[in-house]
Amino acid sequence: MKGRKLLIENAHIPGITTFDVYQKNGGYRALDKALKSMSPNDVVEEVKKSGLRGRGGAGFPTGMKWSFLAKPEGVPRYLVCNADESEPGTFKDRYLMEHIPHLLIEGMILSSYALGANLSFIYIRGEFMWILEILEKAIAEAYSKGYLGKNIKGSGYDLDLRVVPGGGAYICGEETALIESLEGKRGNPRIKPPFPAVKGLWGCPTVVNNVESIAAVVPIVNEGGDAYAAIGIGRSTGTKLISACGNVARPGVYEIDLGVSVEEFIYGDDYCRGMANGKKLKACVPGGSSVPILPHYLVTKTATGEDRLMTYESLADGGFATGSMLGSGGFIVFDEDQCIVRNTWNFARFYAHESCGQCSPCREGTSWMEKVLYRLEHGNGNIRDIDLLAEINKKIEGNTICPLGDAAAWPVAAAINHFREEFEWHVTNREEAVSRNYGLSKEPVTA
Amino acid sequence: MVKVTIDDIEIEVEVGTTILNAARKIGGDIVPPAMCYYSKLEVSGGKCRTCIVEVAAGSSADPRPMPKLVASCSTPVADGMIVKNKTSERVKENRAGVVEFLLINHPLDCPVCDQAGECHLQDLGYEHGKAKTRYEEERRTFDPIDIGDKIKLHMNRCILCYRCVNTAEQLTEQRVHGVMNRGEHAEISTYIEKAIDNDFSGNVIDVCPVGALTDKTFRFKSRVWFLKPMEGERNCEKCSGKAVLWMFGNEIYRVTARKDQYGEVEDIDGKTAWICNDCRFEKKDVNDWNVTGPRVIDRHSVISQGKYETKMNTKIKRIN
Repeated sequence: MKGRKLLIENAHIPGITTFDVYQKNGGYRALDKALKSMSPNDVVEEVKKSGLRGRGGAGFPTGMKWSFLAKPEGVPRYLVCNADESEPGTFKDRYLMEHIPHLLIEGMILSSYALGANLSFIYIRGEFMWILEILEKAIAEAYSKGYLGKNIKGSGYDLDLRVVPGGGAYICGEETALIESLEGKRGNPRIKPPFPAVKGLWGCPTVVNNVESIAAVVPIVNEGGDAYAAIGIGRSTGTKLISACGNVARPGVYEIDLGVSVEEFIYGDDYCRGMANGKKLKACVPGGSSVPILPHYLVTKTATGEDRLMTYESLADGGFATGSMLGSGGFIVFDEDQCIVRNTWNFARFYAHESCGQCSPCREGTSWMEKVLYRLEHGNGNIRDIDLLAEINKKIEGNTICPLGDAAAWPVAAAINHFREEFEWHVTNREEAVSRNYGLSKEPVTA
Repeated sequence: MVKVTIDDIEIEVEVGTTILNAARKIGGDIVPPAMCYYSKLEVSGGKCRTCIVEVAAGSSADPRPMPKLVASCSTPVADGMIVKNKTSERVKENRAGVVEFLLINHPLDCPVCDQAGECHLQDLGYEHGKAKTRYEEERRTFDPIDIGDKIKLHMNRCILCYRCVNTAEQLTEQRVHGVMNRGEHAEISTYIEKAIDNDFSGNVIDVCPVGALTDKTFRFKSRVWFLKPMEGERNCEKCSGKAVLWMFGNEIYRVTARKDQYGEVEDIDGKTAWICNDCRFEKKDVNDWNVTGPRVIDRHSVISQGKYETKMNTKIKRIN
């Protein structure tokens, strides 16, 4: 099973968005199998065995998340698919839903069956209107073929599936904000506890999973949890969609076995095929805009000199001092011509714009950072601003209602940590900094 | 019942009590400040982050410390929990950070603000704020707007505690104001400056911890510390009719609900004594009210320093 794509293998087949072609190519096999020969609990057990970790960014084991779901008598349970993919640099779910929508729908039916949900939702980013149409078409087909609705394929299991578009806010990708939005309210994250597994959608137990996590349930049921767990290294099992972008020769969505080395991913022929235009690697954000940036000397090797691998553990090796995170798999590569200050400002601008404004550290802090970074980038900064930024993000981190505050603080902290020289250069060479870029940063001298 | 230790003081509270309410049971200076939590509202809290505390031990069953500082208003206690508030340097530092965030865009127009003297943000800034600002950017500004003929909204001063939103949600049939926009641009507003018009809308003024929502019938009439707070009663069909009359001589300048030491509307006969707009805005004649005696303001702000009350209190104590 190693080296084979489990999710997007068939994505290129013409007409795969239709039910018939999808089914001809092995689609809905997992669902038939589960409905015929597996109890809901068997499916949960397979997912637990597979070691699948949430593909939305946090990497929490999906099976464990499912087992936390409260199951009080007489109260409905809900499964919600988080398709509000809006992190800068991440576009893997979009690819999956656009090219092979039935995989998500099969995964949704399987997962809903496992959790005992009779009404499930796909909450899709409002900007993905054309994908909403693709999904709705696919859902209509599934209904007409008897895979959705009452008594699915004679199993006695009922499920309705709805797609609901968001209104264009990144914050609605946070699970409790998503639930609020789904309920028709302003998308403000809720104060936790209670967690959605106990009190979620309309006060009922709810599981919110990423698109890729739900899609991965299909191969897990097809091939068995153990076979899935055999791929990857340690606690990073299975395959992962990585959306590579930036200055690589061949950007795009790749399905990799977790454990591929970062070096191979950037330079390998099967993947990004090296840097574009023969430029040098300057930095890399390996998991979407919210994870710490890595300078070139920490991208392919960890601080201890080991090869860095595309796993949850290896990318986080060194903590926030010299490591980063796998996150959602938004792999952004920067070449020597890119300005880190400008990029940090760009990210900060995004988070300032997307903060819901509920809690004070995030509302005020993200905008403050954005303004200071804007000044630095535009030649109006002071040396003290650099320390100020570091201070502000320490006051945001960990003090907010939801992880958006952390997501805004980490990239700024890491950029200053690794590229302080470049920030200082923006202050000491204001005019030059506006007209040209700093280039590669120096590698720190190690003993 | 569960036992919790806050700043080395142990107390027994009911299961489900929040850290903040447990601290309030102990009382005194170990109570974390709260700008958005309001115990009389069914939903409130968690937003301003001024009440953050350190949990040094989660419970006796799981004595691990909580990695992040937690909002004490929305975190329930567990048996054997050890909480540090004023004994934690981390809390002090981060709370100062929150206060700084709350103040960077605040206009600091206390000299012309009606809330001055009874403003929670003023107190908070005095206790935790820095003397100097590090904010060099332009402050965000909004134009003040009228929401109805009795209430003025100064969005510049607002800290987005959501108390007024939750109050309207709870007290009125249909809430007509809320939060619009996001992040730094978030603002309290009615849609297209519509009036807030119902019998209990005036209570949003009482719950506002800052000078964002003020009483137009009192605006710029007097500083609160020049007025003497008196307890007044009247027969009112709509509300309890029990209020505080802010008087100068025999004239009533302002009517508010009766508030406790945390600035929250008091419970009278087991019910939160919200007052109606009639009592608040229309009854400004001393003959409308039965004035029963001086009101003790139990908060350390400039108004509670009024010697008048202190003298009255000692006299009352002596008589008793």
